[in-house]
Amino acid sequence: MPIINMPIFNVPMFKKSALALALAAGTTMAASATEANEVEVLHWWTSGGEARAANVLKELMEAEGYGWQDFAVAGGGGETAMTVLKSRAMSGNPPSAAQIKGPEIQEWGELGLLGDLDDVATAEGWNDLLPETVADIMRHDGHYVAVPVNVHRVNWLWANPDVLEAAGVEMPTTLEELFTAGEAIREAGFVPLAHGGQAWQDATVFESVVLGSQGTEFYQQALVELDPEALGGEQMIAALEDFKRLRELMDQGMSGRDWNIATAMVIEGVAGFQLMGDWAKGEFTAAGLTAGEDYLCAAAPGTENAFTFNIDSLAMFRVTDDAERDAQQTLARLVLEPTFQEAFNLAKGSIPARPDLDMSEFDRCAQQSLADFQRTADEGGLVPSMAHGMAVRADVQGAIFDVVTNYFNDTTMPAEQAAQRMVNAAKTASF
Amino acid sequence: MSESTTRTAARPTASGWLQAWLPRLVLAPSVAVSLFFVYGFMLWTFVLSLTSSRMLPSYDFVGFGQYARLMANDRWWVASTNLMVFGVLFIVICLVIGALLAILLDQKIRQEGALRTIYLYPMALSFIVTGVVWKWLLNPQLGIQAMVQSWGFESFRFDWLVNPDMAIYTLVIAAVWQASGFVMALFLAGLRGIDDSIVKAAQLDGASLPRIYWRVVMPCLRPVVFSAVMILAHIAIKSFDLVVALTGGGPGYATDLPATFMYTHAFNRAQIGLGSASAMLMLGGVLAILIPYLYSELRSRKHG
Repeated sequence: MPIINMPIFNVPMFKKSALALALAAGTTMAASATEANEVEVLHWWTSGGEARAANVLKELMEAEGYGWQDFAVAGGGGETAMTVLKSRAMSGNPPSAAQIKGPEIQEWGELGLLGDLDDVATAEGWNDLLPETVADIMRHDGHYVAVPVNVHRVNWLWANPDVLEAAGVEMPTTLEELFTAGEAIREAGFVPLAHGGQAWQDATVFESVVLGSQGTEFYQQALVELDPEALGGEQMIAALEDFKRLRELMDQGMSGRDWNIATAMVIEGVAGFQLMGDWAKGEFTAAGLTAGEDYLCAAAPGTENAFTFNIDSLAMFRVTDDAERDAQQTLARLVLEPTFQEAFNLAKGSIPARPDLDMSEFDRCAQQSLADFQRTADEGGLVPSMAHGMAVRADVQGAIFDVVTNYFNDTTMPAEQAAQRMVNAAKTASF
Repeated sequence: MSESTTRTAARPTASGWLQAWLPRLVLAPSVAVSLFFVYGFMLWTFVLSLTSSRMLPSYDFVGFGQYARLMANDRWWVASTNLMVFGVLFIVICLVIGALLAILLDQKIRQEGALRTIYLYPMALSFIVTGVVWKWLLNPQLGIQAMVQSWGFESFRFDWLVNPDMAIYTLVIAAVWQASGFVMALFLAGLRGIDDSIVKAAQLDGASLPRIYWRVVMPCLRPVVFSAVMILAHIAIKSFDLVVALTGGGPGYATDLPATFMYTHAFNRAQIGLGSASAMLMLGGVLAILIPYLYSELRSRKHG
């Protein structure tokens, strides 16, 4: 078993072992020794399609003669998985690879726990393969420590064409058009915008509105760089007001509703639109619908030149054993190879992390997504999703969520106050 | 111990030693384990609350900085206020309903056993089940509101679950539904333990039934009320699953309680230091209730 030197644990020995003991008791899985030529991968691809997708990687690994130990932890958002991972890491026995994404990669990197993948990256030419924005996230301190698995686009608008037809409206391309279309849909007797009132869903809609209402540059300043002037300024107030107006397009029962139930409302023709990332496509596909015919997809109103990404990635933990490192490097190489990228993303509903693949197998929405991914990567419209933990660290993200969801649900709070709270959130979240 | 062993023991002092120490030896592991896992971890949480720990524990001490941050945190105050509102209403309503049910059941009615089971049954469910059931019942488009409206009362509104100002009361409704049967059982046991002759004496004195209950029976039930309050209070402080299942803390974070606050910050938001600080304050809340209780328990034991 690799003994990992963790600088953070310069504490008396008894505390360390006590901790390990306690945490091992708390994890769902007893610490298991990994064979040298085996990788243990912690992930939360546990739903039907996802598990099939992960299995592709397992088979590829086994075909190359390596073992694969599955360490799947259920729980869609990966919160449970992260808790388990933390306890494994604290007890000095992290898995070889784990599904870690966004700025969290940097946090793990700072703890000195991640191993580098520069050899594979150089051999495979990742620098040319990946858009710079994406590659940046995969690197800590200039070294590759993680490999992207897929790209989700968050700023999507989904629609039911029958509802749109009944109300006599077209797919909206601006926020104003969305409001007008929404009114017509309501008058035709449907819910205009299906939504689930959970903090992360509120934030998902919010970031699309910020992007659509104020543009990429502002989005970057406010939600990625956390510039206080942008966060508290006129533009943010305008975006917040647009965001609040969307509430009028939603139904009363949205509170606490899960996102897939909101998607089901669009599928069943109860609601016209939904603003949600492209994992919603999994629901449409599961209902047997065809993209472009039975359901429509378009960039969230006003964001056709932007792409909010949510990238799943596998980060590699530092190992001392050469054979184990070899297995990790192979895993990293296979993840970016076309075979896996295509199989995995077809099953998951996302698009490949490398923009050079043949997309003929993919549906219309995924094809558009990849085309937009490439285009925005060149033109500078590629931005990380705040709502999905790609832009800011978990604590800042949480504080922004609090403001967004509180403002959205509070009928009396003025936008100016929410903007001010946004500034405070960015400032006080970090210690 | 058998006679032969005592006789074969070379020195009676050894067997005496064993007799004196055996219970302690048997108990030692469990005492050690609880000292370590309960008190040790409380202490560790306190230590963490003094550090700047974020994603993983670190030992970079920042004094009471985390407590200061907690005090400056809007959401913490929402959670604490919610706990006050929820706790007080939950305890008082449970006591009132529980006492009334017990008094009514105590009237020597038929099928008492069946009724008692019906009232007590919700306690057998977990708060998760309760939460999910009430989530559907209170959903304005599926539950009670939709049903009454479909009867023709179009203007009927019962949308507390989605109203940030009222959502906390839906937690009270569900929790009371769950726990009042249990309080009833406590009271019923207490009522059955009261000496008949006191009540008969009061009746002979011409006291009315409500008066007898209020002036004679209730004072006898003081210890029951006390235990009920203790149990309900710590159910209230620990409430976590009900919030998660019923409202998910929403709308917004309007129904956040300290327990959900702690979980969110320590485990989802990489703020272990802040989460530990809030856990310590919750522990303080529990102690504030527990210490007077233990004090009174131990004191009454001493006085017989």
